[in-house]
Amino acid sequence: MNWNWSHVDDFMPLFWDGVQLTLKALFFGTLIAFSLGLVWAIAQRSERKWIRWPVTAVTEFIRSTPLLVQLFFLFYVVPQWGPSMSPLTTGIVGLGLHYSTYTSEVYRAGIEGVPAGQWEAATAVSLSRRRTWTAVILPQAVRRVIPALGNYVIIMLKESPQMAAIGALDMLGQAQGYSQATFTYEAISVVGVAFIVIAYPASVLLRVLERRLVR
Amino acid sequence: MMSSEFLGNWFLPGLWITLQVTFLSAALAFVIAFPIGVLRTHRLWIVRFLAGAYFEIFRSTSSLVFMYWIAFTVPPVFNISFQPMFAGVLALGITYGAYASEIVRGALAAVPPAQREAGIALNFTPFQRLRRIELPQAWPEMIPPFNNLLIELLKGTSLVSLIAVADMTFAGDLLRLVTNDSAPIYTLLLVLYFVLAFVLTRGMRLLERHAKKRVGQAPEKTGLFGGVRATSSIDAVTGTGGAK
Repeated sequence: MNWNWSHVDDFMPLFWDGVQLTLKALFFGTLIAFSLGLVWAIAQRSERKWIRWPVTAVTEFIRSTPLLVQLFFLFYVVPQWGPSMSPLTTGIVGLGLHYSTYTSEVYRAGIEGVPAGQWEAATAVSLSRRRTWTAVILPQAVRRVIPALGNYVIIMLKESPQMAAIGALDMLGQAQGYSQATFTYEAISVVGVAFIVIAYPASVLLRVLERRLVR
Repeated sequence: MMSSEFLGNWFLPGLWITLQVTFLSAALAFVIAFPIGVLRTHRLWIVRFLAGAYFEIFRSTSSLVFMYWIAFTVPPVFNISFQPMFAGVLALGITYGAYASEIVRGALAAVPPAQREAGIALNFTPFQRLRRIELPQAWPEMIPPFNNLLIELLKGTSLVSLIAVADMTFAGDLLRLVTNDSAPIYTLLLVLYFVLAFVLTRGMRLLERHAKKRVGQAPEKTGLFGGVRATSSIDAVTGTGGAK
């Protein structure tokens, strides 16, 4: 077995830079995914067909195609007629957009889980449409789906290394850079272990949260 | 623009490689999922623990990082070499096998306990019970979540392009480097993946209808354009839902 621990030591400073970038992308990607997902979910419940159908079609399409190709699209095609984005920004937008189509399904399930009596009660006390959503439906729906949303944060973490393919220096990007510059191969293992070390406790935590919030 | 020569030399073979990788890694995941899923319901705690450990470890693994690790770290460290496609299929099969084992476990746990008790009353061995009673009833329940996972796997196959397997995405990348005209290429790629996902879903729906008929359940009616995703109570990727 050819293994050299000193390469691992040398990689560590770069690794921590990568961790920072990964967490940054994850944080902003999550913000986009959570907020845009809610927009999709509410739009899909709209009474107007011309809102409901296009949103359903677009989210279905985004959800059924690979994030990697979407990242390439955002990075190479969009700048031809739109804004040019850095690899990190592209990664954040890509992750956020891709997973907003998943979180919209989560929100939808949550909204459908709110008993019909709640809608009727809101109508009975003549709340406006806006107040019905913000004061009655969403507080009940969102509480129920927090664990499921949290699971998507973990999934986004595990998919985030794809942005290394467009040159972002996240954990994987740093490991690739270091390995190619020094002709070594130990760095990837550090990153692989790091993902398990972050993702496993997070999923345990979510299961505890699920037991508390849902029942 | 795309020349027909390029299309024949790279894109169509790329499509074929994508299909191969999807099929092979789905087969590997399937073969892993059943033993692991069944062992996670075993009565000995140590067996449950080991099968559970497999699930937890590979569910927490990033499949891309794992793929890089198999492709670039394993060969020099252990002095072995293999095709990049082998590394891709192995990484996808092992990680998606972990997700799929959760589907198997959840569906088995959802079989009414009276069915198991009836098997015990008839003096079936545990294996007979599994083969004759529990799996046939759990199987139709597994298909919709398997369908969703298969679409995730199809999307995941695009990652093999990053370890130099010449799949569809790889062909698209090459074409971009040659022609510098990326808009039609990536649009075509996205549409192709969507069409593949759509076709796979239709196939899985047929399988589901067939499986439900076999255990005397009425198939659910879904139109031709009933969406790419199956609605299912078990979500393997997030590990939510299903009987605990």
